[in-house]
Amino acid sequence: MSAKLSDSNINDLEVQASAEALLRGSTAPVKRNWAQYVRWLLLFAGGILMVMPLAYMMSTSFKFPFEVYNLNLVPEEPTLENYTYVLEDGRFLQWFFNSLIVATLTTVSSVFFDALVGYTLCKYRFPGRYVVFIAILSTLMIPTEMLVIPWYLMSQQFGWLDTTWGIMFPGLMTAFGVFLMKQFFETVPDDFIEAARIDGLNELEIWWSVAMPLVKPALAALAIFVFLGNWTAFIWPLIVTTSQDMYTLPVGLTTFSVEQAVEWELVMTGAAISVLPTLIVFLVFQRFIIRGVVMAGLKG
Amino acid sequence: MSFYDKLSVKQKQTLWAWGFLAVPIVFYVVVRFYPTANAIVLSFQEWNLLGARTWAGFDNYVTLFHDPVFWKVFRNTFVYLLIGTPVSLVLAFIIAYHLDKVRFLHGTIRALYFLPFMTSAVAMAWVWRWFYQPVPIGLFNNFLASFGIAQIEFLNSTTNALPAVLAPAIWAGLGFQIIIFMAGLRAIPKTYYEAAHIDGVSGWTIMSEITLPLLKPTIVFLVVFSSIGFLRIFDHVFNMTTNNPGGPLNSTKPLVLMIYDTAFNSFDMGYAAAQTVVLFVILLIVSLLQLRLLRDR
Repeated sequence: MSAKLSDSNINDLEVQASAEALLRGSTAPVKRNWAQYVRWLLLFAGGILMVMPLAYMMSTSFKFPFEVYNLNLVPEEPTLENYTYVLEDGRFLQWFFNSLIVATLTTVSSVFFDALVGYTLCKYRFPGRYVVFIAILSTLMIPTEMLVIPWYLMSQQFGWLDTTWGIMFPGLMTAFGVFLMKQFFETVPDDFIEAARIDGLNELEIWWSVAMPLVKPALAALAIFVFLGNWTAFIWPLIVTTSQDMYTLPVGLTTFSVEQAVEWELVMTGAAISVLPTLIVFLVFQRFIIRGVVMAGLKG
Repeated sequence: MSFYDKLSVKQKQTLWAWGFLAVPIVFYVVVRFYPTANAIVLSFQEWNLLGARTWAGFDNYVTLFHDPVFWKVFRNTFVYLLIGTPVSLVLAFIIAYHLDKVRFLHGTIRALYFLPFMTSAVAMAWVWRWFYQPVPIGLFNNFLASFGIAQIEFLNSTTNALPAVLAPAIWAGLGFQIIIFMAGLRAIPKTYYEAAHIDGVSGWTIMSEITLPLLKPTIVFLVVFSSIGFLRIFDHVFNMTTNNPGGPLNSTKPLVLMIYDTAFNSFDMGYAAAQTVVLFVILLIVSLLQLRLLRDR
């Protein structure tokens, strides 16, 4: 029942296998001819081009106003003044904190409930199972934009406008996660669950301490997607929040940038602050995140 | 407890299952199904948030059909889709195909392409907006000027603004598509290629007879995934044209921005709801086409 069993078991999954293959890097034979050198050079140049917007954003956030319109990437006189200005404003810290709370709570809630529902629909045979699955799956077809008006009316009625709960409630569960988790619980052998039942564990314990540890990689993949989605979410927080204290980072950044208008070094600093956390998380957990993206993408 | 003990194993499991599903079912009914029904009902009503909701029959849909702005927006939305999806897919495939054949610094190059996917659309919209500014502010025009090339109007031009807004959306999504394509390429058994090499099949034939057909599920998935994304484009447009959202002259306005405007600036809730129903139908058609294509596999 331990994690040992889980690894060998999950590895049977072809998705997992192709994700792992991807992480091992290229398996192409080593060729040393000019075509291969050109290929490498073009790809590398393309990659550098891809991160140029990020590089200019970072470099400008360290520049004084007089240097902003220069094309040079390394500031001649690097300064932290933009950061001091933006952070002393105080609002950015508040927005950062709001986004962190919203993204963290929705991630915890989604991962918990999506896994619970996915497990139930996968491992129990009960009347109504198919109907529930189809009903939840069908909500994937409903775009958020169709629901924002009714959500707004609902929030108005219950006094949820301009509250953290108001920002969060639409994202507490995701149909995508249910589907993803249901697929991954298929890889947990029924024998394990049966054995745990004979050992006298109740159903909740079986789910939490037997089945859940076996799908950890899938849980992580789901968590990454939900967190990133909520961290960058824009249209619903824009609608539901009215006071600046309640803004999330993207909504705050819009307001801040409109105010600053021509002071692009400050706009870039704001953008850098809102983008850096996810970029750093990516650079640290790169392999892990790419594996998660492949698993979620191919299974979802 | 005694009641529970009397149940059969099967009944106990049914009880647990519904117990596990209780809270989620309440959520899906209250936050997904009821609002969907509400949006559809509202689309047949007239309401400005303050007065009473009055029935309007098909009035909202008729107005929408005769609204020149709607047709402009409808066209824009499909231009986003019809440029965005092919361009991003072709680029992603070419990069993935070649990256798969490269070993030196493979992971680093992959990370470079993937990084933009981890950014927020709002932040990057502002970065790109800065790039697009005229001389002496904007990066692109400064760059052109340093080669003595004439200025390009990006966001202020009715013809250039839409591609200019679309570019960062394509840029940000590219990394995800590359990763998915590479996973798809890896899933093709090596033996197929070896057999083709032994038979002396040319590179282009391998591409059209082996690689592309076997990649079909991946391609269909990415087409639908990115199509839905481009049909719902909003964050980029809103942030790059804040002084006149969807401008100049509605030339960049997508359907979602029209919905937002109608609902939260004009407070014409019924009319906005009718627009959301149209969006829903478009997305439904795209999703059903996917199912159709996958079944034909």
